[in-house]
Amino acid sequence: MSFMKIATSAFAITAVTATAGVAQSRDNVQIAGSSTVLPYATIVAEAFGENFDFPTPVVEGGGSGAGRKALCEGVGENTIDIANSSSRIKQSDIDTCTANGVTEVMEVRFGYDGIVFASDINGPAFAFTPSDWYNALAAQVMVDGALVANPNAAWSDVNAELPAQDILAFIPGTKHGTREVFDEKVIAAGCEATGAAAAFEAAGDEDGCNMLRTDGVSVDIDGDYTETLARLAANPEAVGVFGLSFYENNTDKLQVATMDGVVPTTESVASGDYPVSRPLYFYVKNAHLGVIPGLKEYVEFFVSDDMAGPDGPLAAYGLVSDPELAMVQEMVAAETPMGPLE
Amino acid sequence: MTDLNTTGAAPGPRKKTSLMVQDARTKKRNAAEKRFRLYGVLAIGIAVLALVTLLASVLINGSSAFRQTFITMDIYLDPAKLDKKGTGAIEDIAKVSTFGYAPLIQQAFETVFEKDNIGVEGMTPKTAAELISPEGSAQLRRYVLANPEEIGDTVSFDFLAGGRIDGYFKGRVTMASAELDSNVTPEQLQLADQLKDAGVLRTKFNWDFLTNADASENRPEAAGLGVAIIGSLYMMMVVLVLALPIGVAASIYLEEFAPKNRWTDIIEVNIANLAAVPSIVFGILGLAIFINFAGLPKSAPIVGGLVLTLMTLPTIIIATRASLKSVPPSIRSAALGIGASKMQTVFHHVLPLALPGILTGTILGLAQALGETAPLLLIGMVAFVRDFPGAPPEGLFDPAAALPVQVYNWTQRADPAFVERAQGAIITLLVFLLIMNTVAIILRRRFERRW
Repeated sequence: MSFMKIATSAFAITAVTATAGVAQSRDNVQIAGSSTVLPYATIVAEAFGENFDFPTPVVEGGGSGAGRKALCEGVGENTIDIANSSSRIKQSDIDTCTANGVTEVMEVRFGYDGIVFASDINGPAFAFTPSDWYNALAAQVMVDGALVANPNAAWSDVNAELPAQDILAFIPGTKHGTREVFDEKVIAAGCEATGAAAAFEAAGDEDGCNMLRTDGVSVDIDGDYTETLARLAANPEAVGVFGLSFYENNTDKLQVATMDGVVPTTESVASGDYPVSRPLYFYVKNAHLGVIPGLKEYVEFFVSDDMAGPDGPLAAYGLVSDPELAMVQEMVAAETPMGPLE
Repeated sequence: MTDLNTTGAAPGPRKKTSLMVQDARTKKRNAAEKRFRLYGVLAIGIAVLALVTLLASVLINGSSAFRQTFITMDIYLDPAKLDKKGTGAIEDIAKVSTFGYAPLIQQAFETVFEKDNIGVEGMTPKTAAELISPEGSAQLRRYVLANPEEIGDTVSFDFLAGGRIDGYFKGRVTMASAELDSNVTPEQLQLADQLKDAGVLRTKFNWDFLTNADASENRPEAAGLGVAIIGSLYMMMVVLVLALPIGVAASIYLEEFAPKNRWTDIIEVNIANLAAVPSIVFGILGLAIFINFAGLPKSAPIVGGLVLTLMTLPTIIIATRASLKSVPPSIRSAALGIGASKMQTVFHHVLPLALPGILTGTILGLAQALGETAPLLLIGMVAFVRDFPGAPPEGLFDPAAALPVQVYNWTQRADPAFVERAQGAIITLLVFLLIMNTVAIILRRRFERRW
């Protein structure tokens, strides 16, 4: 009967440990959200674990939207403390938060990320404007003052100064925060500049600017930048959309295109000369400050000059440091929750 | 016997044939058989080719992860920098962050430049210190905090070389690519060459790959599988402790005791169905029940183990029932015949004979669970975890990673150095699976009885 005894005792042990585990409180900071912010958050978490007596925070990816949703699930040890986000929080998120009792959320903007257009290192160089991208990828473009279905097959059709190379673009899929910035800063800007926006408005078509062509020239990449890079390696003729930090880690394989004549660098993004950039955020649940050990210290460490400053490891990885970092530091020290979205 | 007469007329004179000469039909049949054999060989050939290509690509790309470039440096643990107050109190020393340790490494390079006549035109000690992984200052700080009495001494350290320098000696980075690379310059590579000639820089077997925790994108060279291996181990423990007794108990009852009626039929069909449910479904179930309802922590091996238990149970039940069935009824009849109770029959005679089959099935189920990724993604095991979980049972509730998820995680990182590490993790995972499957085969060979 020894087998029965072993089986019973095994059950007893697991039952006891299960209750013990639920009773013990969480002592590590838990973070989830944007895969763009993920590398920065892991760099900070690693340094935090090394330099403080608190455990290393646990950082998960999953996407900006998923992170904010998890943050708004409620207050308590079974919910995350920080949501990383590569786009600003939405009113719908704030409403969910309020409904679930998460009333005070601190918005921390820790820097900027450039979005770059890059092609194979051995191919020709590109110099783009937003209009070029609009004329290359939009479903309908202006030709001789009228809206027609996009006739352009090569970059040289779009702009005589671009190389005579077939248009093929790998752009982030719609679930990415990067796509929002691409739509807003490149496609919408190009729509405006080519006069298509006015034509759409005249025709009463509100969504016209956002419609991209569906004939296989513009390819949505739902994975991350490593997938875009792999696709680019297989199609050296294509142009891909990357984050500045990803490009800076792969400069031996990619050559970057200029936008409006500006080369994307941390400096040109910081100065605002390079047009396609976005702020990076993380959102802290204020109710957990002082409850989860190390949370306040982690947030302060993240925005400290040592980490997020222009000479810190985050900038070395590709973050464009926030010129108003001192203000952010003050806000974090005072634990100021964010006000309503303007 | 009337059939015979009614169906056929009397057979006519048969054509004379010989067994020695093949007629057209025989030839056709033989040719068909030959073709079939060829198809068979072709099918096996394709399968073997696929396997060889896969293994070769993983081995070629991944084996370099087990070797790493190290730089040996003598570091003067400067009291002026590490213990500014000169009190020697551990609290004061702990105030110096890893950033404060970086100058010590620069200083060491300065000494090397002067003493060994090494150096590249126009290179400052600061750029030279970039040859060493950022892990270096962390390593120094750990050492000093553990041995504060050695402040003021000169201690020799084996530092990890930076990812790009390591890549240079593995052929991933070349002088030409360094020209274009913003993270390394050709001058730094020249310096690395000089250090190698001086015997300061060596490439050696990298145990750290198996024992270190994961690392951030700033230092791919320091990333290891330690936490993932422990996490996988804990999950397998949970699966073994839960799935084996539950599975065996269920099978014994169903096979030996349960009445054969509609209910047991339904249960049987459902167990077979459960074995075919896609694993991601168990992940969703785990998220809903164990995390959201029961309130168990995210990223914890206990939750992963519970989810994998659910997934492995049908496999174990099916294997156990098959091996119970293969025990001949005569054994049961004999035991019952000499007066053993039903339970005595099962536990004294049937179960011991079925045990090798049960164990084989369990190990194969565990091997399947070890390689499972999808359900773990949903319960937070894909997180960046750097702290090792504690000893069980409490450690089961600490955050951890898992081997297959670590592979997934590393393939998404931007730094090219993570490619070899992901492949190295695949090799490690394959070795574990190979060991488990070998144990299963040995158990079967040695203990299985055939009747």
